[in-house]
Amino acid sequence: MAKRSAPEVNAGSMADIAFLLLIFFLVTTTIEVDSGINSKLPPDIPPPDVKIKQKNIFTVQISNDNELLVEDELMDIKDLRKAALEFIDNGGGQGDAKCTYCKGKRDPESSDNPTKAIVSVTHGRGTDYGSFITVYDQLAGAYTVLRNQYAERTYNRSFTEMEASYKDTKSSDFKSSKLKDKIQDVKTKYPRIISKAEPK
Amino acid sequence: MSKFKKKGGNELPAISTASLPDIVFMLLFFFMVATVMRDNSLKIKNNLPAASEVEKLDKKNLVMFIYAGSPSEAYASAGTEAKIQLNDKFADVKDIASFIASERATKREEEIPQLTTALKVDKETNMGLVSDIEQELRKVNALKINYTTKKGSDMR
Repeated sequence: MAKRSAPEVNAGSMADIAFLLLIFFLVTTTIEVDSGINSKLPPDIPPPDVKIKQKNIFTVQISNDNELLVEDELMDIKDLRKAALEFIDNGGGQGDAKCTYCKGKRDPESSDNPTKAIVSVTHGRGTDYGSFITVYDQLAGAYTVLRNQYAERTYNRSFTEMEASYKDTKSSDFKSSKLKDKIQDVKTKYPRIISKAEPK
Repeated sequence: MSKFKKKGGNELPAISTASLPDIVFMLLFFFMVATVMRDNSLKIKNNLPAASEVEKLDKKNLVMFIYAGSPSEAYASAGTEAKIQLNDKFADVKDIASFIASERATKREEEIPQLTTALKVDKETNMGLVSDIEQELRKVNALKINYTTKKGSDMR
């Protein structure tokens, strides 16, 4: 019998397979994106001397021991969102300040109009950042709920969904000016006015 | 004349490509090891708080990061007081203005108003430090900020 050499396996395409894997992972890997709560600081100029009615201010204080005081009363963090919701959507104003789209109780002792309602957060120097963020998150959440409700009533879709599809490159509404106007409208109806006072 | 006839006929011997995948894998591993995802090594504890109303920070190149928290165990010699970290070193509140200025210098002019400052602050930091940072940012007119958080809820 003649000595037969073992047939050589063609390994030339192994490189292609490796490249395929490499490219697949390159494409599918997404580096984690940071996310957080956006906020805007007031410019460093002395604020104009405008009289704000006390009933239009919703004071939230966080003490150095991380206790929550809402309108000078102790409150549990769980009730904060609801309290803020009621305050912002109250719409107790008359005449010029009348709110036509509010669904609140229209209590004359509470805020006039969502565009006038100010949520004021004060904290001590010793307050934990974590508790501040929890409070801030709840307040921002109240605005989101109201914006969603308003958008559902007016445009039959939630505000969160509208914003998402405005930013989504795949959706038909991507950067459409029509949707932008709608988003702007919701934002002007319920502007997020959360003021942060300097700690005492 | 058959004395000088070549032995194996006249076909060319095939070049073995069996080691090509090894070369490709070597490249792959080299890049896997050499790629650094994070450009700042943290010297502080950075346990971010959680929030649910989060928005994504897109346009990574238009974000400036300010870290704050108490020094981590490896840097315990720096004390236990919460500190600010800019780039790779501990910094003082006063250094923020120059940090922002140097970050702005690397950007194009029309991009400057879009710059966002991301505050990556540890949960247990005092708000006093955070508002000091904010005051400093107001002075240099860097008004867009983002409290970087994890997604979730911290409700007790």
